[in-house]
Amino acid sequence: MRPLFAGLFCLGLFFAPSAHALDIPAKPQGYVHDAAGVLSPATQSQLNAVLFQFEQATSNQIVVAVFPSLEKEALEDFSIRLAETWKPGQRGKDNGVILLIFKQERLIRIEVGYGLEGALTDAESGLIIQQVIAPYFRDGDFEGGITAGVGAIAKAIQGEFQGHPSSPYGSGSESRPLTPAEAEALRQQGRLLGLGLLAAVLGLFVLDLCRYGTYWNQRRAYQDRYTFWEWFFRFAILLAVISFIFRMMFYAMLFSRGGSGGSRGGGFSSGGGSFGGGGASGRW
Amino acid sequence: MKKGLLITLAVVGGLIFLGASVFGGAYNGLVTREEGVTSAWSQVENVYQRRLDLIPNLVETVKGYAAHEQETLQNVTNARAKVAQMTISPDILNDPAKMKAFQDSQGQLTSALSRLLVVAEKYPDLKAAQNFLALQTQLEGTENRVAVERRRFNEVAQAFNTFRRTFPNVVIANLMGFEKKAYFEADQAAATVPQVQF
Repeated sequence: MRPLFAGLFCLGLFFAPSAHALDIPAKPQGYVHDAAGVLSPATQSQLNAVLFQFEQATSNQIVVAVFPSLEKEALEDFSIRLAETWKPGQRGKDNGVILLIFKQERLIRIEVGYGLEGALTDAESGLIIQQVIAPYFRDGDFEGGITAGVGAIAKAIQGEFQGHPSSPYGSGSESRPLTPAEAEALRQQGRLLGLGLLAAVLGLFVLDLCRYGTYWNQRRAYQDRYTFWEWFFRFAILLAVISFIFRMMFYAMLFSRGGSGGSRGGGFSSGGGSFGGGGASGRW
Repeated sequence: MKKGLLITLAVVGGLIFLGASVFGGAYNGLVTREEGVTSAWSQVENVYQRRLDLIPNLVETVKGYAAHEQETLQNVTNARAKVAQMTISPDILNDPAKMKAFQDSQGQLTSALSRLLVVAEKYPDLKAAQNFLALQTQLEGTENRVAVERRRFNEVAQAFNTFRRTFPNVVIANLMGFEKKAYFEADQAAATVPQVQF
């Protein structure tokens, strides 16, 4: 009986509650995370298209996140943690904005990245929340409010940074930022190349050993045996290959957990923008 | 040369090389992390300065609508002056007493500000005024930034302190004069909620 209880106890530890009541969700595939179901699929895809175009034109990344409830978390604390996990905005430019909505608590927050704090000031964010978004929400029109809010945010920040607009003649793929699908494809290619190189090195190593093995069987002259340094060199290569394999396996395990491991998982194409806690909150 | 001498020289040479590389690694690690702490500290100073710059405007606006609240307004102005006249030298990070003094003065300013905002609740004209609302939003934004930068500073300082205390870095740190960094503690003033009296 005792091993059974011990086993069940250990199993129970896996389901221990986390310190935070509301977990940070994974980055969305597009620009919209709607956990409360207030946006119809048509509106979501429309928003995604608009926000993708906006990123093309200005390199700014606006993200919308709607949650049913804040679950007794602190609003600003959750918001900055979300920003630090998703990291909208380009690395270095820090030009990301998150529009957060909590339906049950009737809370709206606009979280502004470092690079946009001059264009979208705290006061401006507060005005957008109270004068643009809240009226729609009080009427129960979430789609209208979110669309209007995104529009107002975009208007405020559009002058700040240059984007990489696609050339009217269709080419210009070098300067255009990657879509999530393209980025993933590139990463796959990189991984295949790495594995190919690894296989080549390992194959050469095995061939070399086989050649040495044939010497051994034919009892060749003493001079044909490997010296100390030749063994040392080959052993070093073997260790390097093995450590590389282990490292790749380790990273693969981290990524498959889907947690803090990786920059993979789709979502906005580049990301990496940082946030300083700027922006404003409000109720409707 | 005798074989024994050669071997001894090789071993001593190897040990010296090993020692130098350990020293170099630890010293460089300490320097890098300390620069991170200094940079995080300057961020904290930036956001505190930002708050300082907001206050005169806030006091003037409230004065326009609530001229009778002289005491509260004066408290805020005095607290701000006290913070402004503190000279912050870089060695504050190594001195917990100075750090506490800095924190206390900022904490007093925070409580003076929150009392001012509580008082402002009594004046509906003021509450509705656009410029007051804008200032209130800016103040909240600044307080949020302060909280974020303080948290980040604590994280970087913790990384430095942990690195500094582990062996063998502790030996090199004591040798080269790297001090333990002070942390931001939770505000004592924040624990006491100002009483609203009408």
